[in-house]
Amino acid sequence: MKQALTLVPLLILPFVLNDFWLTQVATRSLILGIMALSLSFLATYLGVVSFAQATMAGMAGYTIAFFGPNSVGIGVQLPFWVSIPLALTLAVVSGGLIGLIARRSRGIYAIMITLAIGVAFFYFTRQNYALFNGWTGFSGVRAPQIAGLSLRDPLPLYLLSLGVAALALALVSGFVRSPLGLTIQAVRDAPGRVLALGISVTTPIVAAFAFSGLLAGAGGILNVWYQERISSFSVGLGPIIDILIISVIGGLRHPGGAFVGAVVFVLLDTFAVDLIDRERFNTLIGVVLLLIVIVAPGGLQQLASDWMARLRRPEAPKKSTV
Amino acid sequence: MNKLKMAASALALCAMAVPASAEDVKIGVISILEGAFAALGQDGIRGAELAVLETGGEVDGNKIEVITMSSDASPDSAVNAARKLIEQDGVDIIVGPLSGSEGLALRDLSKSYPGVTFLNGSSAAQDTTLRDSSDNFYRFGGDGAQWMVGVGDYAFNDMGYKSVAVIAEDYSFPYTQVLGFMTEFCEAGGKVPEKFWTPIGNKDYSSVVYSIPQDVDALFVALGGADAVNFLTQYSQAGGDKPIIGGSITIDQSILDSKGPFKKLLVGAPAGTPTVGDYDGDEWKAFTASYTEAFPDGFSAPSIFAHHYYMSAKAAMLALDEVDGDLSDNQAAFRAALNDLTFTTPTGGTMRLDKNRNGVIDNFVTEVYEREDGTLGNRVVKVVRDVDQLLGQDEEAFLASGPVSRDNPSCP
Repeated sequence: MKQALTLVPLLILPFVLNDFWLTQVATRSLILGIMALSLSFLATYLGVVSFAQATMAGMAGYTIAFFGPNSVGIGVQLPFWVSIPLALTLAVVSGGLIGLIARRSRGIYAIMITLAIGVAFFYFTRQNYALFNGWTGFSGVRAPQIAGLSLRDPLPLYLLSLGVAALALALVSGFVRSPLGLTIQAVRDAPGRVLALGISVTTPIVAAFAFSGLLAGAGGILNVWYQERISSFSVGLGPIIDILIISVIGGLRHPGGAFVGAVVFVLLDTFAVDLIDRERFNTLIGVVLLLIVIVAPGGLQQLASDWMARLRRPEAPKKSTV
Repeated sequence: MNKLKMAASALALCAMAVPASAEDVKIGVISILEGAFAALGQDGIRGAELAVLETGGEVDGNKIEVITMSSDASPDSAVNAARKLIEQDGVDIIVGPLSGSEGLALRDLSKSYPGVTFLNGSSAAQDTTLRDSSDNFYRFGGDGAQWMVGVGDYAFNDMGYKSVAVIAEDYSFPYTQVLGFMTEFCEAGGKVPEKFWTPIGNKDYSSVVYSIPQDVDALFVALGGADAVNFLTQYSQAGGDKPIIGGSITIDQSILDSKGPFKKLLVGAPAGTPTVGDYDGDEWKAFTASYTEAFPDGFSAPSIFAHHYYMSAKAAMLALDEVDGDLSDNQAAFRAALNDLTFTTPTGGTMRLDKNRNGVIDNFVTEVYEREDGTLGNRVVKVVRDVDQLLGQDEEAFLASGPVSRDNPSCP
């Protein structure tokens, strides 16, 4: 019920924001939030930090671009009700494959493997022309028109992103309570005991990666509609690190943290250039991110909920944030 | 989360409440101000600012406000920067971007914003204006093929090279440069038996160096910055001694100033470029003087980027002056003025647009020479005036040859 209450102000937003704020800030935050959620999910429930989420999102985005209207003359045009499920399927499959490759590694080794996959995919898209159109990538990608209404218009895209974000959060909270979700968390806590119970560890890990591929893929589809283009830059080291930053500053404790992190990230990314000398704005972004990590090691979402708890029960003993 | 959203809404209302004076003309300049291109991108901004400074900051009583935004060489970042300038800052005109794929992205974006006029900065991909052009996207400059005009002819007839191997980076700008070179060179009767496409930022060129056919007369090298230094170093260390032909960004002063055994390969090397720092034309000297006066901390002479951003911003100023700052009716009068505009460029030629709104430019063939003190410099050997985007060919035949790629053009 509490979650539903959060939706109310978000539904009012379109009435108070102009198109720039609605699209460039609110919608972009939601889209990046969905992608970051796929990483938060893996980090929180499987205990693996994956750098390959941009790859899974990119798989979906490239599929939409390849099988949709674009202005580079590559690909086959399919109706959107075929290309969207296809894009999601490919994202899930790529997530599953990455999980299969990374299933035996933990901690820094998992980071290395997924980073290698992400960077390999980046170079592959940059040099393959038949499917990915190399350096230039796809441009002029149009979101589908439904009953004369383009999904790229500010309001439909916002509402769609909001809907997908809400659905993604609901899916995550449902999935982690399901038997498979519980197994995934058991694998995180004690893989040895799971094995001793006679349960294979591979299946839950692959399933977790595939599920995160679904989330990342949904974000990737929205992102390609929002950007109206996709290229090797969209899956490179920049986006890989952006997704990580958003997850970390938002906080990995609660899935909603990804969206808090995304809002802060997008505001900084968009407006830092107005606040400081044009040549120094990256320094400002770096300093703010550093401060967030120092002041709120559990992420902004954790920091905010700690404050709320303190405000509500001032007499209560101080809660540890770690 | 709600608090953040509320803060965001409050901020948004404040942002909307600041009214812009109706008389102001806002110009957004997009350039690369971060990463490897930052110093060059900054010079692009200087060029645009110089054109505004020359008007005294206002045209017919309309104040000109310049707002700069940074991109990071990726098309996505250029699009985001343009969207912010248009939707948040409310600019009327955009000048930029710097690099090829960004230009293609903004060309596509411009179709969604018919109320804003886009003036290309220095991006030089061919299809930005040639195919699928946009009514409100202008390029007061050339593409990478125009920047090579004169070189193919010079290499075949003056240098006597009959067969040349190509080493270039694998993206749209070098493709266009190779087209500009090969169009003339192949037409004159030259052959290009082999082309090597290397990823941008490549460090190890040994596989390329040892695959270069022994029977070619010269190498056409269209690599930029550190890539060019790396290739030339490794090539000369491996004992390579073929003469070099340079692209527009291959043999710049920073490469000539760097230390290395490859320098002997470069003496006499021809290259094509629209901008020569120490060109001795009167207009260029005047331009350099006003540049160094306005920006004492800039380069010793305007770079190719300052030159091109300057021409675009200058065109905007001249057209604004012609229509007395009238940007009404989706800037119809302003755009008509831009279409018919002619002005004298800093290189002494006459800038005008073709029907795709691409510039007709001057181009230079330069060669590397050894100064008396032993350092190397570029000097002009040939000026080609009035180079158009079709490279003087029949339009239908030119378009029929298809978009540039790794395999197009070809004359093995």
